[in-house]
Amino acid sequence: MITLEPWMMLVVSMIIFCIGLLGVILRKNLLIMLMCVELMLNGVNLSFVAFSKMHQILDGHLTVLFVMTVAAAESAVGLGLVIALFRNLRTVDSDQIQMLRD
Amino acid sequence: MDFGLLAFSIFSTIAILGSIMVILKKSPVAAAFSLVLVFFAFAGLYALMGAHLVAALQILVYTGAIMVLFVFVIMLLSQDEPVNDLKESSGLFKGVSVLGVLGLMGLLIRAALTARGMVSTGTLTDEKIVSMGGNVRLISESIFTDHVFHFELTSFLLLGAVVSTVALAKRKAVSGGAKA
Repeated sequence: MITLEPWMMLVVSMIIFCIGLLGVILRKNLLIMLMCVELMLNGVNLSFVAFSKMHQILDGHLTVLFVMTVAAAESAVGLGLVIALFRNLRTVDSDQIQMLRD
Repeated sequence: MDFGLLAFSIFSTIAILGSIMVILKKSPVAAAFSLVLVFFAFAGLYALMGAHLVAALQILVYTGAIMVLFVFVIMLLSQDEPVNDLKESSGLFKGVSVLGVLGLMGLLIRAALTARGMVSTGTLTDEKIVSMGGNVRLISESIFTDHVFHFELTSFLLLGAVVSTVALAKRKAVSGGAKA
């Protein structure tokens, strides 16, 4: 009889983190890159909760709350930056943004 | 198969397939809605582990606030024409990055499996959490007693985020005013 154990959640969280990382590396659209960063943060949150369950303490849940705050602030500032970039350059493609290279 | 394992299989399958859709979908709107699916599946996983406050906040903060922000920005930029940016990069770059990330994933999963036999050091078992008033009560008490300084620091972080976002949004108007 197999029951649900925290290490299964850890495996899922690490798979999600790696999918998010792959998205940040491979995609060129800045909006989708930001979404993949959210995916990575969620994977880390899941592993915090799983470790918290495994060690029978609640500090992981607190950390998740702070990570959520940081994620909200990060996406607000990141999307503001994307809008400012789009207003000046008319693109959200990260390969087209190369003013410092010229 | 018990209920927990069944629900875990369903939620984790939705989460993994949804996150693969996020990085494969060409249109940003489709990616955003796949991401909403992933966030709901994550809320289910949190609830399965007894993290009720985190599960509720996941739905409120992520699917309620952050995703609305994303969809609004996609609407403002009207970026819904599908661009196949996955095809543009070279095959060598894609192969190397996929292999590298797969290696990292293997390493991380190996580390997770090492944690399987770990002996728990805490004392808050599920029964004890229930007898002490539940998950939400314990976390709230901890936030407003032991971690109150960090809680206040997050208000500075949010203030900084608000100020910088307004500065980014107002940049054109300020420079226009300086010219006039």
